[in-house]
Amino acid sequence: MDYLVSILVATIAAGTPLVFAALGELVTEKSGVLNLGVEGMMLVGAIAAFAATAATGSPWTGVLAGMLAGAATALIFAVLTLTLMANQVAAGLALSLFGVGLSAFVGKSYESVSLDPSAPLTIPILSDIPLLGPVLFSQQPLVYVSWAAFAGIAWFMYRSRPGLVLRAVGEAPKSAHAIGYSVITIRYLATLFGGAMAGIGGAFLSVFYTPLWVENMTAGRGWIALALVVFATWRPARVMIGAYLFGGVTVAQFFAQGEGAAIPSQFLSMLPYLATIVVLVIISRNLNTIRLNAPVSLGKPFHPEVA
Amino acid sequence: MQRNRIRKTLFALFAAAALAAGATASAQEPLKVGFIYVSPIGDAGWTYQHDQGRQQMEKALAGKVTTKYIESVPEGADAERVIRELASNGYGLIFTTSFGYMNPTIKVAKQFPKVVFEHATGYKQAKNVGIYNARFYEARYLAGIVAGKMTKTNVAGYVAAFPIPEVLQGIDAFTLGMRSVNPKAETKVIWINSWFDPGREREAANTLIAQGADVITHHTDSPAVVQAAEEKKVYAVGYHSDMSKHGPNATLTSAVHLWGDTYTKLTQQVLDKKWKSTSIWGGFKDGMVDIAPLNKSVPKDVADLVAAKKAELKAGKLHPFQGPVKDQAGKVRVPAGQAMADDKLAVLDYYVEGVQGSLPKK
Repeated sequence: MDYLVSILVATIAAGTPLVFAALGELVTEKSGVLNLGVEGMMLVGAIAAFAATAATGSPWTGVLAGMLAGAATALIFAVLTLTLMANQVAAGLALSLFGVGLSAFVGKSYESVSLDPSAPLTIPILSDIPLLGPVLFSQQPLVYVSWAAFAGIAWFMYRSRPGLVLRAVGEAPKSAHAIGYSVITIRYLATLFGGAMAGIGGAFLSVFYTPLWVENMTAGRGWIALALVVFATWRPARVMIGAYLFGGVTVAQFFAQGEGAAIPSQFLSMLPYLATIVVLVIISRNLNTIRLNAPVSLGKPFHPEVA
Repeated sequence: MQRNRIRKTLFALFAAAALAAGATASAQEPLKVGFIYVSPIGDAGWTYQHDQGRQQMEKALAGKVTTKYIESVPEGADAERVIRELASNGYGLIFTTSFGYMNPTIKVAKQFPKVVFEHATGYKQAKNVGIYNARFYEARYLAGIVAGKMTKTNVAGYVAAFPIPEVLQGIDAFTLGMRSVNPKAETKVIWINSWFDPGREREAANTLIAQGADVITHHTDSPAVVQAAEEKKVYAVGYHSDMSKHGPNATLTSAVHLWGDTYTKLTQQVLDKKWKSTSIWGGFKDGMVDIAPLNKSVPKDVADLVAAKKAELKAGKLHPFQGPVKDQAGKVRVPAGQAMADDKLAVLDYYVEGVQGSLPKK
């Protein structure tokens, strides 16, 4: 029982940076913008959050700084691709490389500095429920924020009018333009939102999860978040499943190793990637779902003048 | 026009090369010593320790040497370019401080027979390439003794990177040290298949703690494991540098590397023109490894025991792999009365008795 609880608690913590980054990217992609710079935005968010927390002592100032830094990094991408019409794939890859370099440069003086760990926020009464209590209601406060973000995005996307407009911009930018919506403005907002969420994901890593800064500390999580969005067929609930599945298998394979399971550790290391892809492919195996959910104009630039 | 420019460039290059050659030829000039680091120096870790060594050497040989380091050089093609750049810029001695620089170092050394190269942790030597490494496992053995005395659950956790001999030497020596004072204690190992991924290092550490380990150590590069121990209020043993500032209560000690004396010695040999390509594998006796000051919580009798064992290691009277050494299956690998030979140690590929789980196959 204790065992299961510690696996599940670790699973949720491990999945949280992916939840933030992938949900943000989902919103960006739904507007028709493909931003491959998630890894870079996460790293910039992580170092900004770390620096701000180290300076002020307040992790929440850090999260705010990470959010703003992620959005600022996304703004570079938005100017390049939406205003200057640069190729989105190339600009996104460049943004990732830029983020790795910039964060390493800024972070040089923060190398291996430790922050004080923040205690998890235990919600009274609810956390006393057996099994579910400690798993769901004794987490870092940012974990609860990620759930709120999920609920908010799911509602916004499918139950609200602005969400409908956002999807319309991603599906048929010309029509949206024709009926008077500013495609470029909406794409700007969606891209900035994606950057801010990636920044929070980075902040979670550097301020709450492993309260220290080391170069390249996201270690590929931004790329995993990108893949999650595709394999989850742009559905918020599936993104959540994918993120926790990835975190869960990562943690479970460590437990298997610690118990002395006779499975090569290299195979176990591969397992989270394999399991996540297989499960998401199975739940999204219907080709129609993919066709219906993939934003039609994903990655295609939009020129209002020639529309 | 175009040809003219090429000619000019070539001329400039020749002039620079001639100047560089002139600089090395004159004996009056201080020796230029270059260091190639695989990661940023930071303020703890593998590269940090090498840089401490560089600074110590520069101080000891003040006036006779100038040093320069290049950090964050990826292993592979980039390394070759950087090493060649130093060699062609009049550096007389170049230290390449990571295993993956082995082939680039050998390759560049062939083209610069007058430049002396020293490569850390590799196994390929050449006429102008010496190799040096430290017996990290000796410090692990002492750390194991501290862990064996301090554990209450009799389970130690070990977050490890890749199953190569250097890492296995550490795991086995730690376990042997621990069981020399506490035969009931066992080591649990988790491989993360990465030298560096703070998130995974932490997940692995948390897992080991959940599985009952109350002393955890690591053979990975970030302080994440020590941090996790501090948070969960268990003990930790740091690696590379003194990690106590990342876990002031948790860190019992750290196994640290000291390169300064070796750098001074080798550089002095080059200055005296007495340098010959050698293979150095030094431990406590040679001042290449040590353990960081023990935590206040370690009782005096344990501290005394560790100090006594350290003195024995220093005097060469104690070998961590002193027989009988049994592997997990109980098979005697080193008979009583013998110590494991260096050639066996260098290719160590099994867990000793007391390590749980099975070793990942190659």
